[in-house]
Amino acid sequence: MTEVLSAPSGGGTHGGALLEVEDLHVEFRTRAGVAKAVNGVTYRVDAGETLAVLGESGSGKSVTAQTIMGILDMPPGKVTGGQIRFRGVDLLKMPDDQRRKIRGEGISMVFQDALSALNPVFPVGWQIAEMFRMHRGTSRSEAKKKAVELMDRVRIPAARDRANDYPHQFSGGMRQRIMIAMAIALDPEILIADEPTTALDVTVQAQIMGLLAELQRDSNMGLILITHDLGVVADVADKIAVMYGGRIVEEAPVHDLYRRPAHPYSKGLLESIPRVDLKGHELYAIKGMPPNLLDMPSGCAFHPRCPYRRDNCVTDVPALYPIDGARGSACHYWREVLDGDSR
Amino acid sequence: MSEPIVTQDLVQSADEHAGSAHPTAADKPRGLWGDTWDILKRRKIFWISLVMLVLFLLMTAFPTLFTDKDPNYADLARSMEGPSEGALFGIDLQGRDVFARTIYGARTSIIVGTMATLATVVLGGITGVLAAYYARWTDILISRVGEMFLGLPYVLGAIIILGTIAPAQSNPSEFMIMTVVIIVLAVLGWPILMRIARSAVIQAKHQDYVQAARALGAGPLRIIFKHLLPNSLAPILVYATITIGSFIGAEATLSLLGIGLRPPVISWGIAIADHAQYIRTGAHALFFPAAFLSACVLTFVMLGEAVRDALDPKLR
Repeated sequence: MTEVLSAPSGGGTHGGALLEVEDLHVEFRTRAGVAKAVNGVTYRVDAGETLAVLGESGSGKSVTAQTIMGILDMPPGKVTGGQIRFRGVDLLKMPDDQRRKIRGEGISMVFQDALSALNPVFPVGWQIAEMFRMHRGTSRSEAKKKAVELMDRVRIPAARDRANDYPHQFSGGMRQRIMIAMAIALDPEILIADEPTTALDVTVQAQIMGLLAELQRDSNMGLILITHDLGVVADVADKIAVMYGGRIVEEAPVHDLYRRPAHPYSKGLLESIPRVDLKGHELYAIKGMPPNLLDMPSGCAFHPRCPYRRDNCVTDVPALYPIDGARGSACHYWREVLDGDSR
Repeated sequence: MSEPIVTQDLVQSADEHAGSAHPTAADKPRGLWGDTWDILKRRKIFWISLVMLVLFLLMTAFPTLFTDKDPNYADLARSMEGPSEGALFGIDLQGRDVFARTIYGARTSIIVGTMATLATVVLGGITGVLAAYYARWTDILISRVGEMFLGLPYVLGAIIILGTIAPAQSNPSEFMIMTVVIIVLAVLGWPILMRIARSAVIQAKHQDYVQAARALGAGPLRIIFKHLLPNSLAPILVYATITIGSFIGAEATLSLLGIGLRPPVISWGIAIADHAQYIRTGAHALFFPAAFLSACVLTFVMLGEAVRDALDPKLR
């Protein structure tokens, strides 16, 4: 079993991080106009590192992930700029068949709703085994054996008997474990988990997050955790990138961000987490609506909802200002936010 | 799985996991078809339809097993005689034995029905999957061509094609006329199946598991054959089983018009067409071929339904 678990060394010799997304621009050309879903996202993930990408629906976090995987529907989607470097090579310039080999083996992905992400007409064991048969040409029975080992590894009870069951015969948490087993089958160096716990109830959420963290530790994967739930990431992530309107508005080590957010949006998110000590008080909510991707606000995309807004926020797009080296905030007045009191 | 090495592995893994010395059924790699068979063999309707199918196939292959009469022997003196001991199903208009002709008719009717359906499924299935998977120009092209065929009235289209290739005065061989009828039915019938396949595949294509398969490195062929097709099979199968029946009926229509199968070919369709006007005076000559036709269609529909149910894991 150990050779299955053995960790890829990661990093590589090219100098940069394992996976680097640089100034990525993605838009959707629809009948209603051009929706700019991703507007210059830059982030990097190294082996053994967990990056949480946080943002509400439409913030571009999933589109970025789909672009990394190369599963964006094109058209209507279109990558209009930027690079995605994996082991130093730009995936966007790679021919399709080469890129396909990286999927599953180099970079892999866990989807939000495992029930719809698993093929309903095949037993789960068969589907996991298919990963080995597809990429490695493993024999049927050998692949099946490995599939059962993987199901054991993601802690599915009685894995050997359940391998012949179908996705709908499993509970939500178990299904997500199977999805994870498929995703890690070939020891990918990067695992992207797109809202892996959103479809699950709270206790199961914690178990799945724990499993992901453990698998990552064991095999030294880089993990990109996409979520809209601040509570989910606190214990697992190393750093957080907060996205808003297709941009990263704040990037910071996880504890720095929780302790002292440097962007009004992250601050708003943190304050809208229900807290026991504030029971009875009205729960804070960020006012206004998420930006319309077809018609983005001028200047800082967050300005219509921002309590710190000044005149230049309406006209000037803030760059990601570096703060103390390790973090950054795309707010002209990050100092004020960082030092300010609650609300 | 007969290789000794593999068996050993299975035993080992069984030891590791359950501590038992023998490999159990759980070790056996199973797939869509294996499980489908497991379900099928427990269904009564499947066995009933299978027995009937075997009977019909025997009639097709060895009609002499069922009757020793010559289906073409005619004794006009006995025209339209009712069923009797000597002639179980009676005598038809031309003084021929209805039972013998019904048995011999199975061959052409079943061959025409199944082959035309097979051709339709292959043609319509491939074009439908291509249209749905590649979308855009491929879809537009295939869909428009399909609509052109669909716009052609069935009987009119058949009259034109058959009248050109095999005019009524000509005397084509049995094989030739059957092939032409099969091709005509398939050519005029494929667009409907193409549309069914296309919409089923389009529906499957937008499911998360197709995206997930792509994300995990599956190529177009694997996505089509392992994800799109198995998940689109049910509607195609259901339509195909109904089509077998309607094609046997369509063959009868064409025969009635004198442009489809024609004597000396023996078919249920011809028998029905020949005796449709004698329903009040000699219903037996119409009833028996029609009953066999219905039973045959029912067989295929039941079989198709059983297979469809077995293919759907949620009904297990």
